[in-house]
Amino acid sequence: MSERTVYADNNATTMVAPEVKDEMMPFFTDLYGNPSSMHIFGGQVKKHLDSAREKVASLINAEPSEIIFTSCGTESDNTAINGILAANPNKKHIITTRVEHPAIKNLCQTHASNGYRVTELSVDKTGQIDLDELRESLDEDTAIVSMMWANNETGVIFPIDEAAQMVKSKGIPFHSDAVQAAGKISIDAKKTPFDLLAISGHKLHAPKGIGVLYVRKGTSISPLIVGGHQENGRRAGTENIPYIAGLGKACEIALQNMDNKQSQIRQMRDRLEKELLEKAINASVNGDVHNRLPNTTNISFKYIEGESILLLLSAQGIAASSGSACTSGSLEPSHVLRAMGVPFTRVHGSIRFSLSQFNTDEDISFIVDKMLAIEKRLREISPFTDD
Amino acid sequence: MWDYTDKVKDHFFNPRNVGKIENPDGIGEEGSLACGDSLTLTFKLGEDKKIKEAKFQTFGCGSAIASASALTEIIIGKTLEEAEKITNNDIADFLGGLPDEKMHCSVMGREALEAAIANSRGEDVSILRERHKNVVCQCFGITDTEIIKTIKENQLKTVQEVINYTKAGGGCKECHPKIEELLIGTMGVSEDTAEPIPQKSRMTNIQKIKLIEEILEREIRPALKSDGGDIDLIDLDGNKVIVALRGMCSSCPSSNYTLKEYVETKLKEFVSDDIEVEEDK
Repeated sequence: MSERTVYADNNATTMVAPEVKDEMMPFFTDLYGNPSSMHIFGGQVKKHLDSAREKVASLINAEPSEIIFTSCGTESDNTAINGILAANPNKKHIITTRVEHPAIKNLCQTHASNGYRVTELSVDKTGQIDLDELRESLDEDTAIVSMMWANNETGVIFPIDEAAQMVKSKGIPFHSDAVQAAGKISIDAKKTPFDLLAISGHKLHAPKGIGVLYVRKGTSISPLIVGGHQENGRRAGTENIPYIAGLGKACEIALQNMDNKQSQIRQMRDRLEKELLEKAINASVNGDVHNRLPNTTNISFKYIEGESILLLLSAQGIAASSGSACTSGSLEPSHVLRAMGVPFTRVHGSIRFSLSQFNTDEDISFIVDKMLAIEKRLREISPFTDD
Repeated sequence: MWDYTDKVKDHFFNPRNVGKIENPDGIGEEGSLACGDSLTLTFKLGEDKKIKEAKFQTFGCGSAIASASALTEIIIGKTLEEAEKITNNDIADFLGGLPDEKMHCSVMGREALEAAIANSRGEDVSILRERHKNVVCQCFGITDTEIIKTIKENQLKTVQEVINYTKAGGGCKECHPKIEELLIGTMGVSEDTAEPIPQKSRMTNIQKIKLIEEILEREIRPALKSDGGDIDLIDLDGNKVIVALRGMCSSCPSSNYTLKEYVETKLKEFVSDDIEVEEDK
């Protein structure tokens, strides 16, 4: 590993913020009580649990009682969909999109093989859905519509406001996997009528192993994990207090930073993208650049392959990710870019840089320099050229 | 991150013999841009009929580049007779092993070598390819011949192993029953049972893709762009060219006409008269 490191893979996971770590530490030492206990050990911890729940609720302008703590985003997604299906056993149709995270995609495919009808909405070449297609897909049998708020690979933001309103007007439950959106862009439960929403701690500078499921008051779901009365009987198991406290802090910071930090991140992302597009040969951006997370850029480099790029970036201390088949472990290139109709030739050379508030302008210059040198080097090895 | 050996890393970070020999005695090309990996191998023979110089160009992942680099090191100094005995396992062994999922990189090396040797003997490489016509895996364009040969050489027993070694079956999974049949039948199956299908074009996939891209750029794109449209090459499967129409073209009612009457005619004229154009859906 080189001396300098630049972490530009924040859609995969983020660094735990120092304040978040500090917030968590007392719960590993003095504050070890069980919040369900009647004594003082439990009581003082319960206060912190309540406070964290309020902070999480504030991030999405929800009521604290609508927040359920889970172990991760995937658990939240599973609870949302399975919980709604179990509560509405007569409805056998699920609507989702072709570009969902595996937490939704594979779950829906499992339901499809168990007799459910699953509609995957298509996306256009910018990765956007067509609301008319959603409208036409809704029917009497539809049990739930699940649509990610923002895409992990391209950062493309779906029109969740319009979609949720359309779905709710038919009385159908609406779930959004907001794992990538939460903390980066504004989410407002009072404004957007989603019923369920999934958040993951480690995408917003809290640790891995903590997630949130928002359930709108009045929405009935069956719990995934059954046992004690915790989380109002909607998610049994003793609360993971240190992580919940950390997540509360992370949400508080994210809300405070929403305007200034995110616009700094956007400026860095825009410069990174602009310089790479200008200086690399035949590079192009994947995704709707007008409706996109501020921290994400997904760029295809022509005639060079993603895994090779990542290995060389990594040797320079730079962390990014790729939609190339060779990095997936399954030999299957990115389903997101394929759904967008990005040609294979561009999918294999796609690189995602995803930034955070811990990146600097120097990081951006460093990435641009190294990436261009890598492009040149791999093009020299490649049998394909433009001439 | 893949668990690559130090030798793989060494050959990836410091590839040996990169480039293309002018007027080579043998040239072999395997894979394609669409598949995500491709290899061009060239070599020159010395007066002693041994391979004196070998060079490679690779588009692909770390292990694809390392495998090609290793291949050039292995074949230099060998006679053609010695070189043709090299298996994909020899390449993998030279590198201290490859992750199972990456064994197909060594297979690509062996296939490029096979093609280069055939080429140096003046054999029509298309004859080699004719034997390779029976495509089992449509996603990655892998034929039964390649699969059977790899099953035999590596004593493969499961579909997953076939995926790891050849890539076949790694995409849509539709060919898994076929692969199972090949696994069951392999010991009794002759490699030459596949009926050769005459092929007019003697171009390799790589040459063909390059030429198609060039024709699209020069002859077709300008006309489409003047109408607010565009076209992208998505994939090449034998003589089937799969393209996507963009912009105005994608919603144009006469897009099918554009594809068949315009794009296909041009490609027939400039590339090969048995080209078929299909739209990516």
